Amino acid sequence: MKNMTNSTQTTPGMTSVQRRSFLRTVGAAAVTGGILTACSTADLHVSPNGARAAAAGEAILLPGGDLGILNYAFVLEQLEARFYEMVLANPYSGMTAMEMQLFQDLRNHEVTHRAFYRTALGGAGIPDLTFDFSSINFRQRTDVLEAARMFAEVGTAAYTGGGKYLTDPENLKVAGKIVSLEARHVAIIREMEYMNQTAFSGENIVMDGLFIKMEPSEVLPKAQKYILEKIDGRNLPTAVA
Amino acid sequence: MNLQNLFNELEQVDGDFIGRMEHVSRRGLFSALTKKTVAVAAPTILASALNKAYGQGMTLPDNVVDVLNFALTLEYLEYRFYDIGNNLTMIPSQYKPAFELIRQHEELHVKLLKKVLGSKAIPEPKFDFTAKGMFPDVFSNFQTFAAVSQGFEDTGVRAYKGQAPNLMNAKPILETALQIHSTEATHAARVRFLRGQKGWIPLASPSGLPPAVGAMVYKGEDNVVQKNINLAGILGSLVPLEGITEAFDEPLTKEEVLEIVKPFLA
Repeated sequence: MKNMTNSTQTTPGMTSVQRRSFLRTVGAAAVTGGILTACSTADLHVSPNGARAAAAGEAILLPGGDLGILNYAFVLEQLEARFYEMVLANPYSGMTAMEMQLFQDLRNHEVTHRAFYRTALGGAGIPDLTFDFSSINFRQRTDVLEAARMFAEVGTAAYTGGGKYLTDPENLKVAGKIVSLEARHVAIIREMEYMNQTAFSGENIVMDGLFIKMEPSEVLPKAQKYILEKIDGRNLPTAVA
Repeated sequence: MNLQNLFNELEQVDGDFIGRMEHVSRRGLFSALTKKTVAVAAPTILASALNKAYGQGMTLPDNVVDVLNFALTLEYLEYRFYDIGNNLTMIPSQYKPAFELIRQHEELHVKLLKKVLGSKAIPEPKFDFTAKGMFPDVFSNFQTFAAVSQGFEDTGVRAYKGQAPNLMNAKPILETALQIHSTEATHAARVRFLRGQKGWIPLASPSGLPPAVGAMVYKGEDNVVQKNINLAGILGSLVPLEGITEAFDEPLTKEEVLEIVKPFLA
């Protein structure tokens, strides 16, 4: 069995995005302090910019306000993107062409979301996180679908509950463009698991016609199980402005 | 106005959702239809919680009243459509559970919005689901019914999305609107899927709708620029263009939505 603990560094796809944003960030830093010699791994850990790789076990303190909520979303997008990269790198036996297409679509969406946040947040973004998916058996269809479903549900509930904390309408707009994708994922993954039933919008996710919403304090512990760095959400908003 | 109290009340209405997330089980998947009695009471409870924040609806800001009545128009449209359709035999048995659940959700949305708006709620308009003859067999041909359903659901998602920034001065209502928005997205994906479409919207594809209708419903869905960032430029060949456009659902303005809906108003 492969080691399922992977940093995003191992993904060819991620590397070019990462390198580009790293170069951009170094360029910005060079203007202020001249760290062009600081390209070693150790220095990346010291540099508090958004493009470095995090050190496993390191604590990452999310900021407050809109930046905090966007970084909180970025945590979830990194998690999902990495998960689908792993699914495609380790396809379970018997994965149908339709399922393969589905996972490629999901991967495309989450990689796009991740790249969006990385660029939009720039130096204010959290580092690339290190994930541990060893609790998921990527060889088992049911395990993969269950994990995919759970990530999509938590993601939808997180955006649905987090939108009220955003104070800049532009941030709310973009979060709104993403949340419905996460909800579409939920419906389709559930349809793959429980075809032609009511699961796609079932009562354990849609209560009385309303999709459940979750607070950051409820979401982060669920994500933390798969992240080696310690995500600290204490500064995230807890009351609407 | 004490928002924290309001949230506590909403929390009670919302129940133990953390527990539900932990116990997503097969058991729960079948019981939605048995929950009608609870579902009838819930909009009243939630609406009363929302009303408390705004003095029984009398002080709802005007812009919020406008948004909610706009939303109510769309929910009336959807609810009436499914209510008529579900009583017909044309829906194949394997799709009946889906359309019955969607009908229930739209009914709940209508009730909730009417309660929040109180006396300011507009009455239900009269509808022409053939859209002035564009869909003459909408209630006798399942393919047509499903196509119209897809149009309504994707439009609904895009309509709520477009109005979210207009609810920022009424955060509890914004949150509820986002919950409806996410719900509509699950409907949209399900209906698209049963029609042989992807659950998400590639480029501005008409997605199997008549071209003239599809052009309105999916207008602008091929956008790749978010917050002034050209994602096609950033991602290069990492993600196909289609995937980049799928990754973001775009909003529609009120005017764009009304243009789509107008043929369905009798």
